Amino acid sequence: MARIDLDHIRHAYGAKPTRESDYALKEVHHSWNDGGAYALLGPSGCGKTTLLNIISGLLHPSEGKILFDGKDVTNLSTQERNIAQVFQFPVIYDTMTVYDNLAFPLRNRHVPEQDVARRVTEILEMTGLSDMAKRRARGLTADQKQKISLGRGLVRNDVNAILFDEPLTVIDPHMKWVLRSQLKRLHRQFGFTMVYVTHDQTEALTFADKVVVMYDGQIVQIGTPAELFERPSHTFVGYFIGSPGMNLMDAKVEGASAVVGSQSIPLAATHSIGSGKKVELGIRPEFVRLSREGMPVTISKIEDIGRQKIVRASFEGRPLAVVVPEGAEIPAEPRLQFETSAINIYADSWRVGPEG
Amino acid sequence: MEKTWNNKAWFLVLPVLVLVAFSAVIPLMTVVNYSVQDTFGNNEFFWNGTDWFTEVLHSDRFWNSLARNLIFSLIILAIEIPLGILIALNMPKKGAGVSVCLVLMALPLLIPWNVVGTIWQVFGRVDIGLLGHTLAALGINYNYTQDPTAAWITVIVMDVWHWTSLVVLLCYAGLVSIPDAYYQAAKIDGASRWSVFRYIQLPKMKRVLLIAVLLRFMDSFMIYTEPFVVTGGGPGNSTTFLSIDLVKTALGQFDLGPAAAMSIIYFLIILLMSWVFYTVMTSHDAET
Amino acid sequence: MLELRDVAKVVAGENHIHPTSLVLQRGTLNVLLGPTLSGKTSLMRLMAGLDKPTSGSVYFDGKDVTGVPVQKRSVAMVYQQFINYPAFTVYENIASPMRIAGKDRDTVDKAVRKAAELLKLTPYLDRTPLNLSGGQQQRTALARAICKNASLVLLDEPLANLDYKLREELREELPKIFAESGAIFVYATTEPSEALLLGGNTATLSEGRVTQFGRTIDVYRNPADLVTAKTFGDPPLNTIAVTKLGQTLEAGGAKIAVPAHLAHVSDGPLTIAFQPHHLSLQPRGAHPQALTVRTLISEIAGSESFVHVGFGDARWVMLAHGIHDIDPDTEITLHLDADRLMAFGPDGRSLAVPAALAA
Repeated sequence: MARIDLDHIRHAYGAKPTRESDYALKEVHHSWNDGGAYALLGPSGCGKTTLLNIISGLLHPSEGKILFDGKDVTNLSTQERNIAQVFQFPVIYDTMTVYDNLAFPLRNRHVPEQDVARRVTEILEMTGLSDMAKRRARGLTADQKQKISLGRGLVRNDVNAILFDEPLTVIDPHMKWVLRSQLKRLHRQFGFTMVYVTHDQTEALTFADKVVVMYDGQIVQIGTPAELFERPSHTFVGYFIGSPGMNLMDAKVEGASAVVGSQSIPLAATHSIGSGKKVELGIRPEFVRLSREGMPVTISKIEDIGRQKIVRASFEGRPLAVVVPEGAEIPAEPRLQFETSAINIYADSWRVGPEG
Repeated sequence: MEKTWNNKAWFLVLPVLVLVAFSAVIPLMTVVNYSVQDTFGNNEFFWNGTDWFTEVLHSDRFWNSLARNLIFSLIILAIEIPLGILIALNMPKKGAGVSVCLVLMALPLLIPWNVVGTIWQVFGRVDIGLLGHTLAALGINYNYTQDPTAAWITVIVMDVWHWTSLVVLLCYAGLVSIPDAYYQAAKIDGASRWSVFRYIQLPKMKRVLLIAVLLRFMDSFMIYTEPFVVTGGGPGNSTTFLSIDLVKTALGQFDLGPAAAMSIIYFLIILLMSWVFYTVMTSHDAET
Repeated sequence: MLELRDVAKVVAGENHIHPTSLVLQRGTLNVLLGPTLSGKTSLMRLMAGLDKPTSGSVYFDGKDVTGVPVQKRSVAMVYQQFINYPAFTVYENIASPMRIAGKDRDTVDKAVRKAAELLKLTPYLDRTPLNLSGGQQQRTALARAICKNASLVLLDEPLANLDYKLREELREELPKIFAESGAIFVYATTEPSEALLLGGNTATLSEGRVTQFGRTIDVYRNPADLVTAKTFGDPPLNTIAVTKLGQTLEAGGAKIAVPAHLAHVSDGPLTIAFQPHHLSLQPRGAHPQALTVRTLISEIAGSESFVHVGFGDARWVMLAHGIHDIDPDTEITLHLDADRLMAFGPDGRSLAVPAALAA
């Protein structure tokens, strides 16, 4: 396993990039720890797959260097980088048995057959494919095929990193829960360096120690799931993480309070914001409380989704979502309160920290 | 899957049915008619049952041309299929080279068959042909009009030159349909070039290869024009394949009865072969 | 009104759809929820008339339409793949079914512009689909289906190939669009959360059988059997086999006091089940039950945590608010809200449902 350093990497698919917007991947300069589990999260076209392909060596970056444990691997091929990768759609060798599929990466590297047997048996057990070891891989369901792909990614324990490119896309929801928690356990057990690309926030947050949120070719925030949830540093992170995403409303900040429409909302601290910027107040639906006290609000719709209700409301003429836990009461004439510590202030889409 | 019934569909296929009836069924029935009768001209026909069939099946001449034809088909399959795969594997998958390669490959397929024959006939002549003259100058004893081995080599080389492209194009189509992820995964798994071929490319090419084998077998089994133009079936009878033999019997000797019987036997052999290939191919499909 | 009467489909001796009866009313949204290969697509094909049922009949507005081919019915369909005419503009794509129906220019134009507005496609009307994002392509397919003004609109996992956030946006808009149209909507999905967000009615499918049909939230809260309850579990439903003896439920050495709503159940073996959010670190509800469990792994999802635990042979998930990163293989005490327990007999049928929750 290795530490991965991304040294001033930029990438453009066109030949001669001149403007910043020519770059599919804007400057990335980060260090990823040995044994860390990282998720690259963002919508399609945000550059996350480009970055993954640069790490795996399928793409050569236009600028910058990539280092594994301090060693420059920018010009090394995929094989020479010694990594494992799991793709979005199952890649299996149809004509081989399940067992042989899993043994393939080991046998190619001339691992003694008894070690192959030991590793493969372990992986078969882990992925729940033991019963099918002797079957031909062709004709299995998509779930099972993708488990083989995952298994092949995990079978070698000497790789520098394991890369996952939206590996659970074709998996049914129930199986996703099982595979996800298995992956997480494996990471705990063996401490692989893992990089996981996805557009699904739940997958990213539950899998990773550190989530890298990407938008329009740049990294907008790297943080723990808690940081991304509580302190999104960009309005995009607020919107993209959480469902529904963060409520954002234009506001005026005056000292330690924010003014939205005719309401003045107290803040935990003062914020200093330069003039001429677009100022927004952000609060997650989970931190808005409906009660008999507080500011006026009009409810337009209540969606009961079982373990919680999503209330769509209008506050000072702005749309607002509120999450109400199962069994909690929604008063007949509701008013609302914001949890002060959970309010974030944004200027031109970037978060402004409190002063002092 | 059950389809809903639609009568209109029959009107749409009617023109094809009519065409097939005129181009295949009626001539075939004429041949059947000839094969069971004898004629001495003047449009007088006499019923003579299966006599022609017995005669043909007991003639050495028929069995010799059949054997010659089978050996020829097997040789060209043994050369064209591996060669076609090899060329397809080495063709570029993207970039400007793709269209150049495809055009070059398609070129021999675009030339009319008798022209192919004429080209090689001239090319191989010892007196004026570039190939024949060069070989002779090098002291190699090559003369396809006299030496049966030279005649065979010429016909085989010509067929390979003409038809390997078809195998290449079919295999290439199979190869480009393999998603990139497979090659990437194989690289990451540390697979050798041979493993990539054996476990990814070959399984994905299997279907098109079966089609290629089928087409090339049928075509070579029915080969006529090229050897007719180049060697005329000679020297002696050394390159007299089934079709050439058939034409010689029918038009050279005007033995319509035996020729018709031969045609039908020939037709049945090809039908049988097609059926065998078809069964093999569909059973392969059922497996997937 | 679409009515299936004992409709069954057998293909090569295999039961793809077991005899199924369903009544779908006009102006409703009906979700088919079940895992891959549970029969959602087969059932839709039967509804559309793409396949003929092996037995049983299909009625539309009281008329027997069994065996009437799809082109003679009023059906629109949207698939998981984004299917549009690549050479047509978005405008022409949306207009195409109306052009085939021979509507006049003004009617077509009005309908296209209205659908485009509804699906936020107005700026892209002159583009061709391949120059659009996946979300916009699928919006185009949806707009076309709606403009066809069909009485039955079938959507087969229409959002499965879209980004998570795009799904969320479209999911929020779809019920509004459905409400405007008055057609019967049938929507297949593998995701329980999607069914709950869409609301309407849900039919749960398992191995070619409709296990329950009713208002989505009712099916979720009061599943008729264990299979239905499991189909609706996301995170997966927690279950455990227990034996009821008088006033206690014995499960793997632990004893749980029988809550009031299960008192009438006769003694013997049962399966009890509960949702992951009815397990908590702090006692909750009127009758909390403490249980000692062993942790397996914790997943943090921003505002909440999924803690996977083992209790005897059973594997459970606790969904807890806040961030709880508990080390694996630790013994902890969790609290089960016993009033929320569901109970299923040995045949899998529901024996008792939890008391209704405050609305």
